Amino acid sequence: MQTLRRTPLHDRHAALGARLVPFVGWEMPVQYTSIGEEHRAVRTTAGVFDVSHMGQLDLDGGGAHEYLQARLSNDLDRIGPSQAQYTLLTNERGGVIDDLIAYRRGPDSYLLVVNASNVEPDHAALPDARDVSHEWALLAVQGPQALERLGIELAPFTFREETVLGVECLVAGTGYTGERGCELGCAPDNAPRLWDAILERGVVPCGLGARDTLRLEACYPLHGNEISPERTPIEAGLGWACALDKDFTGVGVLRAQKEKGPAQKLVAFVMEDKGIPRQGMPVEGGGEVTSGTLSPFLEQAIGLAFVDAALAEPGTEITIDLRGRPRRARIVKKPFYKREET
Amino acid sequence: MAADESYPAELKYHSEHDWARVEGDVATVGVTWYAQDALGEIVHFEPPEQGSTVAKDESYGEVESVKAVSDLIAPLSGEVAEVNQALLDAPETINEDPYGGGWLIRIRLSEPAEVAGLMDVDAYRKLLEEQ
Repeated sequence: MQTLRRTPLHDRHAALGARLVPFVGWEMPVQYTSIGEEHRAVRTTAGVFDVSHMGQLDLDGGGAHEYLQARLSNDLDRIGPSQAQYTLLTNERGGVIDDLIAYRRGPDSYLLVVNASNVEPDHAALPDARDVSHEWALLAVQGPQALERLGIELAPFTFREETVLGVECLVAGTGYTGERGCELGCAPDNAPRLWDAILERGVVPCGLGARDTLRLEACYPLHGNEISPERTPIEAGLGWACALDKDFTGVGVLRAQKEKGPAQKLVAFVMEDKGIPRQGMPVEGGGEVTSGTLSPFLEQAIGLAFVDAALAEPGTEITIDLRGRPRRARIVKKPFYKREET
Repeated sequence: MAADESYPAELKYHSEHDWARVEGDVATVGVTWYAQDALGEIVHFEPPEQGSTVAKDESYGEVESVKAVSDLIAPLSGEVAEVNQALLDAPETINEDPYGGGWLIRIRLSEPAEVAGLMDVDAYRKLLEEQ
């Protein structure tokens, strides 16, 4: 039996009575009280997630900028030091090895935050990087009140080193919930102290269950669901994160596909009939569901699916095979949820 | 609100965490506190059709939580005499009141002798301790 890895906050989760489940080799909290309550806390006040399972790769000097420009899809020339960018690591077929955030620390210095399940394939595709995942704990504090509860001001997709609630952190204006907020990277030994201080500010502990329903409402892709080495970013609606005017791995495939139009596209849909769509369910006429849930905020069954391009227009009715039962759904504009600008 | 953990003594239990309240040749069935707790917040109940046949140890419907879907396993065989229609609009009743308002279906038993093969509450609690 494989031993599950634990984050530095494992004891805190257990003490809070979290339901701990295996997730890509880690024992992680899926919920503390209820997915719905935690989801709504992030939409209305503030929640904190332990995402210390995520991986970190470091590239410093020696032409790091040019090296990453040739391997990541987005254009790193569009960000300067202390800025972050969502980008994709692609393969020769134009498929997605991983999606990640690149933090530019200096002209030739980067920290990449990657999916826990992809640290090894990422490192194989970026052999010059150093895997520094063990040096970092990561907490995401998200919600309309997240920043004020921590007493920090921060623009989206910027970051800096700062002491937060007495702990030295890398503070980044990033997240995966569709809300304002930040991600706090710190030394693993300091993580329990930081976690306790955040909870003392009335921030609600939230598990990976709510993280998934939140990102789905915001239509953020999840690797292994919407994106994979077998699907291209053009199909997945991530062309905006691909600078097709520069050279990177697989760019030729993506340029050709963009020109011709992909055969299938990723769409958002709501169920018209009863039932909840789930990953892998076939769509009649070609395609399949990549994610689905009952949206705790919209209180409606929602999902994402790849469908034939001819079916991809909002308003189109599709039929999904819910374990042998044909059920109607309607394609809608992405995302399901967008926070109000303040 | 989720219910407190309980396992009523008057019910019969099946190893797939179903309960049955047998009255004459009709059994009211549902899922136990343990099952609803393991599932989390139930958001959908996919019932069988009234009049259809269910077989002991086989799936007769589904319940879904936010995260996952689970088959419902029939503790006894027979015909579906009634479906708890109230759950279609309020599936969370299964979490709130698993032995009362959260009942799922009533089965008109075709094999009443099967009842003797179900567990009593002590045997079921023992099973839970071994989980």
